[in-house]
Amino acid sequence: MKVGVLALQGGWAAHIQAARALGHDAGPVRTAAELAACDGLILPGGESTTHLKLIDRFDLKGALDGHVAAGKPVLATCAGLILSARAVTHPAQASFGWLDVTVARNAWGRQVHSFEATADGSDLPLVFIRAPRILDLGPGVEVTHTFEGEPVGVRQGPFWGVAFHPELTADQRVHAQVFGRP
Amino acid sequence: MEKSTFQAKVGLAEMLKGGVIMDVMNVEQALIAEAAGACAVMALERVPALIRRDGGVARASDPEMIKAIQAAVSIPVMAKVRIGHFMEARILEALEVDFIDESEVLTPADDEFHIDKHPFKVPFVCGCTDIGEALRRIGEGAALLRTKGEAGTGNVVEAVRHLRKLREQIRRITQLGREELMTEAKNLGAPYDLVVYVHEHGKLPVPNFAAGGVATPADAALCMALGAETVFVGSGIFMSEDPAKRAKAVVEAVTYWEDPKKLAEISTGLGTAMSGIEMKTLPEAERLANRGW
Repeated sequence: MKVGVLALQGGWAAHIQAARALGHDAGPVRTAAELAACDGLILPGGESTTHLKLIDRFDLKGALDGHVAAGKPVLATCAGLILSARAVTHPAQASFGWLDVTVARNAWGRQVHSFEATADGSDLPLVFIRAPRILDLGPGVEVTHTFEGEPVGVRQGPFWGVAFHPELTADQRVHAQVFGRP
Repeated sequence: MEKSTFQAKVGLAEMLKGGVIMDVMNVEQALIAEAAGACAVMALERVPALIRRDGGVARASDPEMIKAIQAAVSIPVMAKVRIGHFMEARILEALEVDFIDESEVLTPADDEFHIDKHPFKVPFVCGCTDIGEALRRIGEGAALLRTKGEAGTGNVVEAVRHLRKLREQIRRITQLGREELMTEAKNLGAPYDLVVYVHEHGKLPVPNFAAGGVATPADAALCMALGAETVFVGSGIFMSEDPAKRAKAVVEAVTYWEDPKKLAEISTGLGTAMSGIEMKTLPEAERLANRGW
């Protein structure tokens, strides 16, 4: 599968490596034309405010909306999850509403509170970096990963959102769940 | 749950890649930086060009201004401490800044030793001019490096020199035989295991950004092309004619550095850049990059 990673800012390069390690044809996406050629999309971590501004200035919203509307798979991690949410708090900011959740930014605290853990009932490693919390889920949203009973991964059809960083570990399970193993 | 692991520290550095970290001196500038798309701000009382102009001892910033900036923006807030000044670092840690820059831009507090950075929960960024210095700082616990360049000059030549030097030395280490690595570590004054890491991976074990002298979008793009994973901009933004426009342009340039047509658009109509200093007129004793051991 051709997997594009939105490469405006942040941790996109590690996602390309993770998707390639699974055997996908992965590369960076910075223009609408590059996105149109992709079957799957990853919205990486980084600073959501920076991503929002660059998406706006370089007019990428239409292309991203089109990818999601076509029902193609998406994995949104950390800042990507914030961009995708229906609503964002702490502080409130614009978002695209691709995923019917409310998300609070930096909700575990500043960087000194960033942490590593494992998912409930699993040995899946979770790395949280100034991570958001998922506050509220719409009826069509299914919880895929929890930590201490709280949702940290969700999916709505082919659109997956996680508050942690699977690309910073060698574990391929999250990428494989979303895009399969070719 | 394990907090503040080295992985979590380097993780934040990973998330800053391709974004611009801007020096800001007050809340108003921090808001301009955030609105322009900065991925983080560095809170300090005087940007390097002003430190150069004013002279005297440059110290860590007043907690009051750091707290005000933390309250004003949602992006990460960094702050600087003097080389070796672990007490300033403990104070910044108590303030929960997101990154500490143990910086040659401030007046060194210890002329022999840098801070032991491992025990801190906050990640550290340190400057380097070559691979030996880079690996010593990582050995002490730095989660991010930046080539020093020459801060406060608006002249990118030193940043280019340090980036090229690092790249050339990394290339050399990858080509050495295994039996040559210990002597290489000895000659560089670098930890052996980190020299082995560079030999095996062809890169540093933590991200490396560029700093010191970036004044235009083209300067930022040049640093990216020479292997920097993003740039710090100190005096270059708020000492220019139109900081908001220039800040936005530098943010765009690090994303689209491979696209000259976009860079041409981005670079248009920014007003005057900071004036800058030619290196030949800057005496050795006034060069900040020489600080650090």
